[in-house]
Amino acid sequence: LHVIMIARGKNASDLFPAVVKNVACKNIEVKKLVYVYLVRYAEEQQDLALLSISTFQRGLKDPNQLIRASALRVLSSIRVTIIVPIMMLAIKEAASDMSPYVRKTAAHAIPKLYSLDPEQKDQLIEVIEKLLADKTTLVAGSVVMAFEEVCPERIDLIHKNYRKLCNLLIDVEEWGQVVIINMLTRYARTQFLNPNINVSPLIERCVYSALAKRKPYVMDPDHRLLLRNTKPLLQSRNAAVVMAVAQLYFHLAPKAEVGVIAKALVRLMRSHSEVQYVVLQNVATMTIKRRGMFEPYLKSFYIRSTDPTQIKILKLEVLTNLANETNISTILREFQTYIKSMDKDFVAATIQAIGRCATNIGEVRDTCLNGLVQLLSNRDELVVAESVVVIKKLLQMQPEQHSDIIKHMAKLTDNIQVPMARASILWLIGEYCEHVPKIAPDVLRKMAKSFTNEEDIVKLQILNLAAKLYLTNSKQTKLLTQYVLNLAKYDQNYDIRDRARFIRQLIVPTDKSGALSKYAKKLFLALKPAPVLESPFKDRDHFQLGSLSHLLNAKAGGYQELPDWPESAPDPSVRNVEVKDSVRAGGTVTLRGRAPGGQACGHCSSSDTGSGSESGSEESGSGSESEESEEESESEEEEEDEEDERTKKKKKIEKSKPKKPESAERSECFPFRSMISSINLFIFSSSVDPTPSPQVTPVNNFLLISCPHLLHRITGEGLAVEYCFSRQPFSPDPHMVAVQIQFTNNTSSETKSLHIEDPKLQSGMRIKEFPEIELLPAGESVNVVMGIDFCDSTQAANFQLCTHTRKFFVSIQPPVGELMVPAFLTENEFKKEQGQLMGMNEISEKLNLGEKCQSDHAIVERVTAKANLSRVPCGSEKENRFAGKTVSSGSLVLVTVARKEGGGAQLTVNCEKMVIGTMLVKDILQALTQ
Amino acid sequence: MIHSLFLINNSGDIFLEKHWKSVISRSVCDYFFEAQEKAGEPDNVPPVIRTPHHYLINIYREKIFFVSVIQTEVPPLFVIEFLHRVAEMFQDYFGECSEVTIKDNLVIVYELLEEMLDNGFPLATESNILKEMIKPPTILRSMVNTITGSSNLGATLPTGQLSTIPWRRADVKYTNNEAYFDVVEEIDAILDKSGTTVFAEIQGVIDACVKLSGMPDLTLSFMNPRLLDDVSFHPCVRFKRWESERVLSFIPPDGNFRLMSYHVNAQNLVAIPVYVKQNISFFESGSSGRLDITVGPKQTMGKTVECVLVTIHMPKVVLSANLTATQGTYTYDPVTKILVWDIGKLNQQKLPNLKGSLSLQSGAPKPEENPSLNIDLKIQQLAISGLKVNRLDMYVEKYKPFKGVKYVTKAGKFQVRT
Repeated sequence: LHVIMIARGKNASDLFPAVVKNVACKNIEVKKLVYVYLVRYAEEQQDLALLSISTFQRGLKDPNQLIRASALRVLSSIRVTIIVPIMMLAIKEAASDMSPYVRKTAAHAIPKLYSLDPEQKDQLIEVIEKLLADKTTLVAGSVVMAFEEVCPERIDLIHKNYRKLCNLLIDVEEWGQVVIINMLTRYARTQFLNPNINVSPLIERCVYSALAKRKPYVMDPDHRLLLRNTKPLLQSRNAAVVMAVAQLYFHLAPKAEVGVIAKALVRLMRSHSEVQYVVLQNVATMTIKRRGMFEPYLKSFYIRSTDPTQIKILKLEVLTNLANETNISTILREFQTYIKSMDKDFVAATIQAIGRCATNIGEVRDTCLNGLVQLLSNRDELVVAESVVVIKKLLQMQPEQHSDIIKHMAKLTDNIQVPMARASILWLIGEYCEHVPKIAPDVLRKMAKSFTNEEDIVKLQILNLAAKLYLTNSKQTKLLTQYVLNLAKYDQNYDIRDRARFIRQLIVPTDKSGALSKYAKKLFLALKPAPVLESPFKDRDHFQLGSLSHLLNAKAGGYQELPDWPESAPDPSVRNVEVKDSVRAGGTVTLRGRAPGGQACGHCSSSDTGSGSESGSEESGSGSESEESEEESESEEEEEDEEDERTKKKKKIEKSKPKKPESAERSECFPFRSMISSINLFIFSSSVDPTPSPQVTPVNNFLLISCPHLLHRITGEGLAVEYCFSRQPFSPDPHMVAVQIQFTNNTSSETKSLHIEDPKLQSGMRIKEFPEIELLPAGESVNVVMGIDFCDSTQAANFQLCTHTRKFFVSIQPPVGELMVPAFLTENEFKKEQGQLMGMNEISEKLNLGEKCQSDHAIVERVTAKANLSRVPCGSEKENRFAGKTVSSGSLVLVTVARKEGGGAQLTVNCEKMVIGTMLVKDILQALTQ
Repeated sequence: MIHSLFLINNSGDIFLEKHWKSVISRSVCDYFFEAQEKAGEPDNVPPVIRTPHHYLINIYREKIFFVSVIQTEVPPLFVIEFLHRVAEMFQDYFGECSEVTIKDNLVIVYELLEEMLDNGFPLATESNILKEMIKPPTILRSMVNTITGSSNLGATLPTGQLSTIPWRRADVKYTNNEAYFDVVEEIDAILDKSGTTVFAEIQGVIDACVKLSGMPDLTLSFMNPRLLDDVSFHPCVRFKRWESERVLSFIPPDGNFRLMSYHVNAQNLVAIPVYVKQNISFFESGSSGRLDITVGPKQTMGKTVECVLVTIHMPKVVLSANLTATQGTYTYDPVTKILVWDIGKLNQQKLPNLKGSLSLQSGAPKPEENPSLNIDLKIQQLAISGLKVNRLDMYVEKYKPFKGVKYVTKAGKFQVRT
């Protein structure tokens, strides 16, 4: 087989024509091998490769998505410039393919084409933009990868997709997660404020009146969303994902929260040594900035004799960085055992580390110094030499007290041969010759004797010593110095000759000697600042952690700088997907926070969906264990809903009347979607594929109305019931409005069998109760969803709420705005529909916009808060359009707000149901004039 | 991303190369050889090597260097993790990951690499998906293949890639449905000369072998989940359920996989199952030394300690060892300077002892340091942390599977300093 030859690196290109013929072969196996061959050699044999292109082009039209995908994959891998236009066309087509898998392949093909022909960039960016809007997890990772390779600077493309990416993240495959997290880190650095700096004046320009409370620093909810959604990924089995999250937290999280990553990083230390190596590099950088975070894990960095040397040295680095007053004694004890190691490089590093500890922590300086001096009698020369070098640095900090150590070291010159150590000793003696007046000249004498045999650095230091002694003690050393200088004059090394000449001119007074010699003493014996022993990892964090560049401490090709935090936050509204602004209106944020509990990962019901059985959901309810908590039963409930909705949806589509796939899009953007719901969704989207149109974006589905009481805590005798209109489609029946009800048991005893009885309804109204809640323990609360068909009227629905002991009469009256669901129209459709709803069906009102809602934003926010409508794209700047349909009958509701000069505006509502129209006008009018 | 991959054996032969973009000459590996020479030990080769035009990221596994070539910025861990995934996939497919098996299965290896990366970006790394596309070799199949001339490529299309649960292949069918879980705990410890614990912690993993038909949904719960301090999961585990209820809920991959790994709460004292009394000394005169090691059971929770193995890296000057073991056998390799004492089962009554003299290179100064002891051991039917699986429930599927949990405790990096 040719493949074998390729694998061995041999050239099999002679066989090219023969192989290419096989492309059209029916057998998939042969085909695959031919592909491998083709991709490898196409570049060299362009003409022949072209023969095969038509086969792939045929493949691109195949009804099977997998064949389409693989045809595109191979086609885009053929590196022949002539086919660039064909590739471009294929990619464009595939990007709007029904199958997400083909779209994923298209995303993969983008960087291939880009590297083949960078001139296609602009067109490719368009495709990327389109794919970024894709809502399937399958595509997300690949398209972000393409984005990073082709146009990482186009951060503006991310805005609209930011929240979606955050929410999808947990379900994306591992490799995609890494790429997305790294990209989002960069994004966040450009869009949010530094959480560790108290910025008060900058928030002033806040557009949202609701937020303008002048708090010192308010984290952007989107910033928070990113942190919250990435945190679970610290538990990933993939080291790269964990590292990506860790660096995200390190670069983006407030100081107090960074700590969570330490545990996960320490866990990675158990992994393969290559992983350890990279992780330790990053930990070393982190420990310099945030030492406290790793202190509890100090012992995890203890060194074993079996660790490879490079790991040992990195661990040592971390231990040194972690040293402080409290743990230094433990660390030094550890170091002591290390010094005995057989691995000499490691011992040398340990001695350096001790030196650094000693400089950083004043209290232990003497202890360290004594320990190091003891090492001077070590048998191993390397150890001694390293100790000398470190002692030299330490002594420089406080030389007065240590003349005996200097004396001791002077004696060592007889034995130590390592040049660096000899040089260090000589420098020390020269520098502090006043402390050892008797020994110094003697050392110089010995050195003069051996001068010719010394290494260059030692020779330079001998010259130095001689000069210094000459200046302080010329009586004894004059001749010696002359002698040494003479020797140096004829040295082979020109540095040494230069130095000798320089010194001679400077210190030996002659007639011609200039003004400089007067200052010779000052020059040579100036007080020198003590060296600072620094970690090599200092300041490495200007590189994005976890990156190749960080590891190498040098910019790698294609590295994207981690930008500094902006002085003031750019407009956060750019991330708003249509009417999503209301999310930031205070209270809803907490609701989001509660969502994960409610959406706790579906258990048994999920598998039903997986296997596709339709009766699954009912069964799952009964099949679950009785010990389940309330939370769960609730999640089950929601799960069922979603699921049913989907089955229903499917059926609908099977009937081949797919209206608009709103529901899918909507659940897509629900945050904290459990894994399972995405699975459902995916089944759904892969079978029907709602091609998302980029302008019509999903509507906010968060609870927009503060929860009114259905039953107050006091009247309910401890049972508090709140409700709100969740604006989620109620899946069992699309004509019903979903009402989310929260029960809170404030009593000290359990409440049992909560259910609805005896609904009293206006004619035509229907109600779908929530399943009975069997048990509500004291202090707990639970959420359920029920559906009510209000028949497009604002009449209240009355019913009884029963517990095992009591019954309460309650009623729910909907605001008119909740009786509708968003409808997705284009501008033209809107105009057309509006044209048909004239006359009686059109209600128009003039108004003066309230002070705080002059801007488009405010208008959109107010209107969508009041009514469950979606925004319709609009060409004119002065107008804002919204559309929806009533839940029960599906009649269109069209709202137009046209701004006029001077704060005035015209509100127009077109609706077949005149009552609804009138009431809606009233409500919106009120909202906008306030 | 990943540009090319070279597999290099210990003697420096490049026996496989694969390029995902344009071809890069294998001369790029010279930089690697240079670094390798500088490092000496294979362990010490820096995982990331910089060359003028490329970056080489490599791992060393099963005596093979996996050297990947990178051209632009990419998180190094991303590549390292992927390379390990490749090695694991080979292991999974061929039973072991060695030069011989890779050469024998070159076509499959090539197909695997082709599927795992597309243009250098990971495409399919789940073994379940890959196995659907590329069948692992069996003796029967290779016989059939030779006769019929077909290859191992599955004729089916990789529908798994479209699956919502990418880690599980579709249409799994077994006559015997079984799910086995191994709770394996490892003790990492450093003991000092006197036997006191310098550092000890327990790391555990739960490996599963699940052969269940259909799409089972499993829930595994523990008696004492609070013990678990830090966990990481296979992607199939629903994290939210773990957060809220501390149970593992998942649709398992088919076959063998690692369900979770965990770290036991550091506050709990770690029981050290053995103690070691040792005395290794070298004499200044006579170029000799003495060695005396006794191993005994300590906190074993009433279980027998098996497979005890003591490994000592001797200083370079030790030429040979003349020892007597009261139990088990010992070997000393004068080249690598490694002394291995294989004890076997620990006997409460008669403690195993290894005693005798070491002869040193004459004239050389006595070694400064004493070598440290690395201990291996195994305790069956015990998770040393006390972790216990409570129950395993299966939903969705109707049949009754065989279920089983096995506990093993092992020594991880267990070192006694002397």
